Amino acid sequence: MSEPSQPVRDSFARVEAGMKRRRAAERRFRFFGKCAVGLGLGFLVILFVSIVGNGYSAFWQTRITLEVTIDEASIDPSGVRDPAVLQAADYGALIKQSMRELFPDVSGRRNRIALYGLVSNGASFDLRDRILADPSLIGTTISLSVAADDDVDMLMKGHIDRGAPEADRRIKDNQLAWIEKLEADDRIGSAFNLDFFSNGDSREPELAGIRGALMGSIYTLFVTLGLSFPLAVAAAVYLEEFAPKNRWTDLIEVNINNLAAVPSIVFGLLGLAVFINFFTLPRSAPIVGGLVLTLMTLPTIIIASRAALKSVPPSIREGALGVGASPMQAVMYHVLPLALPGMLTGTIIGMAQALGETAPLLMIGMVAFIADVPAGVFDPATALPVQIYLWADSPERAYVEKTSAAIIVLLLFLAAMNALAVLLRRRFERRW
Amino acid sequence: MEAQASQFMAENPEHAPARRRPAEADSATYDREHRGTVGEVRSEVPRMRCTAVNVHYGDKHAIRDVSLDVGKNEVLAMIGPSGCGKSTFLRCLNRMNDTVVGCRVSGEILLDGKDIMAPDVDVVPLRARVGMVFQKPNPFPKSIFENVAFGPRIHGLAQSQAELEEIVVSSLQKANLWGEVKDRLAHPGTGLSGGQQQRLCIARAIAIQPEVILMDEPCSALDPISTAKIEQLIDELRRNYSICIVTHSMQQAARVSQRTAYFHLGDLIEVGETDRIFVKPQHQLTEDYITGRFG
Repeated sequence: MSEPSQPVRDSFARVEAGMKRRRAAERRFRFFGKCAVGLGLGFLVILFVSIVGNGYSAFWQTRITLEVTIDEASIDPSGVRDPAVLQAADYGALIKQSMRELFPDVSGRRNRIALYGLVSNGASFDLRDRILADPSLIGTTISLSVAADDDVDMLMKGHIDRGAPEADRRIKDNQLAWIEKLEADDRIGSAFNLDFFSNGDSREPELAGIRGALMGSIYTLFVTLGLSFPLAVAAAVYLEEFAPKNRWTDLIEVNINNLAAVPSIVFGLLGLAVFINFFTLPRSAPIVGGLVLTLMTLPTIIIASRAALKSVPPSIREGALGVGASPMQAVMYHVLPLALPGMLTGTIIGMAQALGETAPLLMIGMVAFIADVPAGVFDPATALPVQIYLWADSPERAYVEKTSAAIIVLLLFLAAMNALAVLLRRRFERRW
Repeated sequence: MEAQASQFMAENPEHAPARRRPAEADSATYDREHRGTVGEVRSEVPRMRCTAVNVHYGDKHAIRDVSLDVGKNEVLAMIGPSGCGKSTFLRCLNRMNDTVVGCRVSGEILLDGKDIMAPDVDVVPLRARVGMVFQKPNPFPKSIFENVAFGPRIHGLAQSQAELEEIVVSSLQKANLWGEVKDRLAHPGTGLSGGQQQRLCIARAIAIQPEVILMDEPCSALDPISTAKIEQLIDELRRNYSICIVTHSMQQAARVSQRTAYFHLGDLIEVGETDRIFVKPQHQLTEDYITGRFG
């Protein structure tokens, strides 16, 4: 009886001997996995730290407080408060006047230009808006906080070294002295940069804002979502549930898969040729951007939607058909609701792709310098990633932080979109 | 086992193909002679009458020349080894095979004297008259109420919400499920136990008041207690409906059915009163199967 039990014990011993190796392999595998996750997280942290570190200062803007005397003779000589006259008046002169009053001993044209250069060109617009809103201010002296020039801003944020030789500095010695006097008078300070969220692009970094690009991206994505989601879902449902399986549908499937791998700039070229040149849609408009990005995201959403439809158990379809539902009823009442969460996931992946897409937008002119905030899908606009590209390409030091700030806005937009998708998915999954 | 098998084949050469399991049933198996049916395939009061039904899956000849009646108020059990075509035949009766790619059905199938295979027949109302319950309980991932209400709603059987509720309640009562679910009609149907889910599927099928109910191994995924409940239910439903049930359990066939049909590799081998089939089978294959020699 002991003989047959011998081999059993042997095999136990062999298993035991092998176990050590197997456990080691297991541990090694887990270790590699942890390394990979750790590495990924590490890079993510580096990315966030560098972007937020560079960009957060763009949300603050150096401002200079001026006492501006609003002289009726120079603004509104006739005294009738005609808005057209007020609109066209020279407010820059008032700002310059108040600067001269602050530093009465500055003489010479060159020095004065340097002095005026401390405040932003946008200051006169701020003043104009204030007066237009309240004409009773004319004739009084008001305390006005105006944006400082981007070089002053950079100096205050410590990006320009005050100890460097004058020739290497954008802020000259005399300007530095004035700024120090302003600091001593407590006239220069930092405030939340509302302009960044309310302005369009500008050649002046202190006036440049993200709103134009943000609205452009929102309109573009609106068009993309509105077109690609229904089209892709309809295509996926037809191909998966109704289409006969033959050579033609195989061909279509192969082509959809290939389409997903086409470089996006090709879609941009197509958009230029078809939508702009043939259909003569406006250049640089979110409608064209949306159409092009629709072409690009369609295959992504179709593939994801088909996968979602495939994952619905066939027993659900059979059950519905078995009680006499027509194929369309089976799909509409039972299959589609079950596939919807998966479809939404695919859609959000496609939309995130579309949001970050730059190349095709360059081809259709959304790379143009557009200072106005678009008011609709037919207005010229740019998009967030293109804006980032434009600012990254600009020489002024102040655009460095603007670039990072725009990236922060883009990432927040993306996060908001994903959060919305998660929310929607939860809702649909819970609906019994 | 192998030795036994070859010995058996040597002794009974005509049974050699029967020893093959379906997975091995290659096309060569199907080149053999078609076997005729023993026993009375016709019923005195037929609800459905099938004549010379053939089914092909691509190149495979899955059902060969099957003629069979489903009588009124009778339970017809279909038994046979796996892959013998009994489920395929069942799915012909409400044209569920239409949904299978590459499946061709020919022959004549009459429901109350009208051919359901005719090209102008709409399968949607047909499936309302011939309901189906599947092997695996497949309630919709919706509430218990919605599961039952779906059929009546799409067919417009209820004029009002009150009427719809009445249909749902009576269907659940007929399916012997009402007592267990009456307090949680709004709960998901998928949250019920396996046996309850299957009774829910039966309630769903009878909610549209069909004439025939097809059941494809309805108890194969259930425990004995749930099975007993379903069998009792089938017996009660016989009063109002004709029922075709495919089953792997011969005890079940013996318990619930009045007539039994034995399928073998696409042929209908023998049909007869259940009592007779199980006591005195006429065909050797039937006898081998029900005595457990193979299958």
